[in-house]
Amino acid sequence: MSPVLDGFAVVLEPVNLLYCLVGVLIGMLVGVLPGLGPAATIAILLPITLGIEPVTAIIMVAGIFYGAQYGGTVTSVLLRLPGEASSVVTVFDGHALARQGRAGTALGIAAIGSFIGGTLSVIALTLVAPVVAEFALDFGPPEYTLLALLGILLVATVSSGGKLKALIAAAIGLLLATVGRDGFTSTERFTFGSLSLADGLDFVPIAMGLFGLGEILYTLEERHRVVHAPTTVANVWPSRTDLRQSSGAIGRGGVLGFLLGILPGGGAVLASLAAYALEKRRSRHPERFGHGAVEGVAAPETANNAAATSSFIPLLSLGIPANATMAVIFGALLIQGITPGPQLVTEHPELFWGVVNSMYLGNILLLIMSIPLVGLFVRILRIRPSILAPITVLITLIGAYTVNNSVFDIGLVVFFGVIGYLMKKLGFDPGPLVLAFVLGSLLETALRRSLLMFDGDPGGFVTRPISGTLLVLFLAVALAPAVRTAWPNRKKPFDPSKETV
Amino acid sequence: MSSPTEIPSDAGEPADENRPPAAGPATQLVTAVVVVALGATALTGALNLGVGSPAKPGPGTWPALVSAALTVLGVLLAANARRMDDAEQFTRTGLLVSVAVGSMVAFVAVVGVIGFEIPAALLTFFWLRVLGRESRRTSIVVSLVLTILLYALFVGALEVTIPHLF
Repeated sequence: MSPVLDGFAVVLEPVNLLYCLVGVLIGMLVGVLPGLGPAATIAILLPITLGIEPVTAIIMVAGIFYGAQYGGTVTSVLLRLPGEASSVVTVFDGHALARQGRAGTALGIAAIGSFIGGTLSVIALTLVAPVVAEFALDFGPPEYTLLALLGILLVATVSSGGKLKALIAAAIGLLLATVGRDGFTSTERFTFGSLSLADGLDFVPIAMGLFGLGEILYTLEERHRVVHAPTTVANVWPSRTDLRQSSGAIGRGGVLGFLLGILPGGGAVLASLAAYALEKRRSRHPERFGHGAVEGVAAPETANNAAATSSFIPLLSLGIPANATMAVIFGALLIQGITPGPQLVTEHPELFWGVVNSMYLGNILLLIMSIPLVGLFVRILRIRPSILAPITVLITLIGAYTVNNSVFDIGLVVFFGVIGYLMKKLGFDPGPLVLAFVLGSLLETALRRSLLMFDGDPGGFVTRPISGTLLVLFLAVALAPAVRTAWPNRKKPFDPSKETV
Repeated sequence: MSSPTEIPSDAGEPADENRPPAAGPATQLVTAVVVVALGATALTGALNLGVGSPAKPGPGTWPALVSAALTVLGVLLAANARRMDDAEQFTRTGLLVSVAVGSMVAFVAVVGVIGFEIPAALLTFFWLRVLGRESRRTSIVVSLVLTILLYALFVGALEVTIPHLF
């Protein structure tokens, strides 16, 4: 137990306390602002994390991620304008409650649910992650090959765009990862004779460009609605009836969120959708949903926080990011010289437990701050996007320079910004590209080592028990759509995204 | 990520009121052609690198596998182009985006030569006044204040070696 306790000592260092607070505040802020999501924000702030200690940096970055889940709720409830994709379903009942003059109840329930979901998920993470990591210590190159492939496939399968386009994005990400000197033979690949490309493409300009700049360019085309927000929010504390009504939803949402968060491709968005669908299906009066059912707020808000927390499990214990935001955090760790993987718990216990335990603190901070700050957030929403955009652009461009002190990197950010814009415009989700890019070199190395191990016989993947199981899983996920088209009359499998909309 | 347009349509207003309309099959087909071309080019490059054999994978093995997959996916996209409606038309608002990109390219071109202060202030002013249609006063004040703050943050506090005039 002592490394766990040491972790609390790490959290309580004043610097870490401060950055935890900064992280959750920034997180809530970007959660409130529609447009920039947590992945984009963390990508834009990556250069700033360079100057800070690894533990402190990751504590802050994690705070941004789960803080954003709280912030997204506020605008969903008050303005019918989800600040985050994971708060989209909260709009239905949250805003209905607000129109009945019960905005406070909705926000209060959401904050309590989020706190419970987040905290339970941290406890489960504390118990589960080290076990998974220990199990994964025996993983060799074949297991990692299949794990990475499965991760990419799952993320592509549930991504917001079409599946085919997500796979294309992932393949391009894998190709981009091969640019530069080959680690085995030192042959230069796809560098076109450029010295700047010889060391390969850096993760930071790609993430900053695709998520940050691409998003800003994309929203430039939008006509913005005028925001009319209520000025005061009364009676934040939910009544006892509300609490009783939503306690079951909070419990189920928490468990469902935790489980979906672990799955690659799962994460907060899917969890909130699934939790809402589950509550609606279970309810004896499903017609109440959409007209101000408290459970309709409690379930998705609990689930998205639980999922945000549990999606750290595959990253911290296997070294496989489960979604786009985790891919950016993976990048942040790499920049700090730390390769996430099963050795993380034993080799960097202060980092592992420091980050995990900071989440307790972060959730308490969020619970305390989210309600009193509602007024402030509503005022921040009045800042026009036309003013926010150039500020974000400049921070991004100058920040990109600071990573390697190179103007070439600023050019790369602009280039990938354009690619990101075109991708969104053409219906491609940039998430799978970034995730595949991050996993690309790990995947290639693992595959080549496996082939060397097996003497070129791909049958070796089947005969090892764990890699064999992973291969079966991979094929099941890959071939499922084909099977479904072959038997179109069969009952359609559960699809949460279609359930709710 | 997230944008207000992601509100599912049964919640009231139509979903895409403030986005350009969906693009037709032609756009999808062009996209598919670009993907196939990209895959084929990468495949040629990978084959030139030397693919080796399964027992002795070369530097081109993995890129060849991935670019072959990419080419196949591109062909599948072309085959499905008719049934897809997830792309947006390039309308006149797209011009705004190209102007914005142009301003950033200009920024990159001069930042190494004359330092970041003047280009930063000009870029902000341009985005506010031309792209954002803000008032002249707001544009001047915000661009100057932002430049000073960035100078204080990056040159003053973080001591980054960003090219600067002062």
